[in-house]
Amino acid sequence: MTDAIATRRVGSLSGLPESAEGARHLVWWGNIGFMMIEGTGFVLAAGVYLYLRSQSHGWPTAGAHLPDLMWSTIFTVGLVLSELPNLWVLKCARTQNTRGVRIGTLVMTLIGVALAGLRWMELQHLNAPWYESAYGSVVWMLMVLHTSHVVTDLGDTGVQSAWLFTHAIGDDQFADVEDNANYWTFVVLAWLPIYFMIYWLPRLG
Amino acid sequence: MSTAPDPVAAAAAAYTDQLASVWSDAPGLWGFLTTVNHKRIAARYILAVVALMFLAGMLALDMRLQLSQPNLNRMDPQLYNESFSLHGSTMLFLVSVPVMEAMAIWLVPLMLGQRNLAFPRLGAFSFWLYLGGVLMLWVPHELGITPDLGWFEYPPLSGPTYSPGHRADIWAQMITFTEVAALAASVNIVATILKMRPPGMTLARMPLFLWAMLITSLMTMVALPAVMLVTSMLIADRLVSTHFFVPAGGGDPVLFQHLFWFFGHPEVYIIFIPATGFVTAIVETFSRRSVFGHTALVLSVISIAVLAFGLWVHHMFAVGLPRLGNDFYTAASMAIAVPAGVQIFCWIATIWSGRPRFATPLLWVAGFIMTFVIGGLSGIMTASAPLDLQLTDTYFIVAHLHYVLIGGAIFPLLGAFCYWYPKATGRMMSERWGVIAFLLIVGGFNLGFFPMHVLGLEGMPRRVYTYGPEMGWGTLNLVATIGSTIAILGGLVFVANAFLSQWWGRPAGANPWGGATLEWAAPSPPPPHNFDHTPVVDSLTPMWTAGGTLNVMDGLGLEKREVLITSVIDAVPQYRQKSPEPSLWPLIAGLAVTMMFVGSIFTPWAIVWGAIPIAASLTMWFWPQRERRPSGPMRGRLR
Repeated sequence: MTDAIATRRVGSLSGLPESAEGARHLVWWGNIGFMMIEGTGFVLAAGVYLYLRSQSHGWPTAGAHLPDLMWSTIFTVGLVLSELPNLWVLKCARTQNTRGVRIGTLVMTLIGVALAGLRWMELQHLNAPWYESAYGSVVWMLMVLHTSHVVTDLGDTGVQSAWLFTHAIGDDQFADVEDNANYWTFVVLAWLPIYFMIYWLPRLG
Repeated sequence: MSTAPDPVAAAAAAYTDQLASVWSDAPGLWGFLTTVNHKRIAARYILAVVALMFLAGMLALDMRLQLSQPNLNRMDPQLYNESFSLHGSTMLFLVSVPVMEAMAIWLVPLMLGQRNLAFPRLGAFSFWLYLGGVLMLWVPHELGITPDLGWFEYPPLSGPTYSPGHRADIWAQMITFTEVAALAASVNIVATILKMRPPGMTLARMPLFLWAMLITSLMTMVALPAVMLVTSMLIADRLVSTHFFVPAGGGDPVLFQHLFWFFGHPEVYIIFIPATGFVTAIVETFSRRSVFGHTALVLSVISIAVLAFGLWVHHMFAVGLPRLGNDFYTAASMAIAVPAGVQIFCWIATIWSGRPRFATPLLWVAGFIMTFVIGGLSGIMTASAPLDLQLTDTYFIVAHLHYVLIGGAIFPLLGAFCYWYPKATGRMMSERWGVIAFLLIVGGFNLGFFPMHVLGLEGMPRRVYTYGPEMGWGTLNLVATIGSTIAILGGLVFVANAFLSQWWGRPAGANPWGGATLEWAAPSPPPPHNFDHTPVVDSLTPMWTAGGTLNVMDGLGLEKREVLITSVIDAVPQYRQKSPEPSLWPLIAGLAVTMMFVGSIFTPWAIVWGAIPIAASLTMWFWPQRERRPSGPMRGRLR
């Protein structure tokens, strides 16, 4: 380092820990960044729905019907209730409870599979093919957008659970579990306005 | 006279060598494919951008030759359509935004006294996807399938009825590639700036370039999802018969324009705001005083970012939207001139009150200020809805957009290139040839584009492949062609100077310009780990207040890759983060994503089946390398 400028040592960083939790952790911010991007995507897609609705004389447009409430409501209740075990997993990650995160991520994986099944049933009852009207197109777009998040997080949780059961868990992996749990909360919260918009807004007028 | 070896110097050299070995890439092709070094990734971006600027510049020259005289037939209408579409799409999506990210990928860690980005593998992934976008546009072009509907492909023209084949799909999917790349880079830059500042660099002591990149990246994260969404909707209309933009099915083509410009207008500032960071750094160094009005500059950048999201409809004045809406967007468009003006006055005040040294970087700033002010003034004119109705789709708009994009972003970029070139290469560029390139480019540009204002006022529409002699546009078009040719010649001189100075330039040393920010504390070029120790900052201009000796802290890992993580507001050290090793998985993940993106042009099932290799490659990418659990039914022997 021949041409570097002169330096004076004023302290050492060697005593710092090698990991952190919550918003102190670097990856937490990356996770927030991707939530911001995807959240913007949801907001814009909702904007498309509302825009097309504002431009239309009838909603749903002619030939399409409102989606059924049963499967979507079961899905929504299940999704909201999944926050209880999810928050427990979050707590286990923060307290570095090895057994808790292993079992918790396994339970969340099973819940994810069940919710994906419910979502599949919900998709069968949208009553508006995407290829027949702009109404159907935008409803399907919102559903595909959210379903891709459900499936992505299900895959992530499943892989994470497999890893946790087979490896010695370090600080960074507890932070990973925390990030995954936060992401699931994002998936839950993103759904609630979409559910209201697709299923209730047209019914309320 | 012989001297005994200095044990302190020898220990320092061994320390540096150890760090360099830990942070080095593997040699050869494997190192090339697996690198996560931010400097190498940025260099690839910049080389690709230079090549693309050359290609897009040749397209521009081709079009200018076609227009240099009335009734020329060297290009037919289809070739002309393809040429301006390829030129615009390349310049906007593959050059302007990516090059600003590339500068940030290279410079942000150096300006923070750091060893790498927050997420090094994400940086590599970002480049591979960007390269995918480049190939997505240019390989089909070589195969004779070139998008031909301009750089914004409005439906219904781009819909399935009027654009059969795959030209429009290629354009739309090229955008998906580059936008995913840009979003990945933006998250990386935001996390790096917020969580990896050196001790003492509170938000209040953050150089303007870092503010500019932080704000730009946040803007990118809000703006780019709009264009990804709208191009995906276009592909869906074309591929699976959705009706988003089909009026007969309840859709609306104007929706495309809203979503496109919700992205498109902020994009102008996503390109311009990094340039304000370059300009501030250059003005400060070459005026030899701290920048005048740092707080005002930061607030201006934030104001521009907020206002930029309230302007998009001024691209749609001719659509026939309600009058009140047009009035609002006229007012908002004019309002953005206020923070832009504050910036200009701060820079002029800095130069005025400093001891300016007009080396090439500052010359570029002078060229920028003159040119950008002209572009800003024509922007205020087009911001007025009634006037815009007359000017829209004329050469006045072509002049305006080139004045703001080339004058406002590319000139500062060229200045930045001259300014940081010695840091990147260890050599100085030739000042003489630098001045010649500057004069040719700035002079040629103004000669080439200023007449277009007049042509636009005379009614010459944009995107026409020829015109009749009776229109009287021949002379000004010839002048424009001559000017453009001179500017392109200047560009070649600039690139040749950069290329040859790597060998012929005189050695630069660590801080040849007397710069104030931390990148000048690293050797030129920086070693793989950038800095031996972590700098400690006590002002906005740490290199000037250090008094020749920079305060540093040691203690980051010597045996493994470690970076320092600090708090968001006050940059208080929090912990040491393991930084990922080089990996092939970002490239493999990039290939998997490429397969899905390309396949989805032809069949929607590509999205379903293509997700499997993507999931597999991402799993391998993130799979933590730790020992197996020592006990229990899943213990290590199961391996």
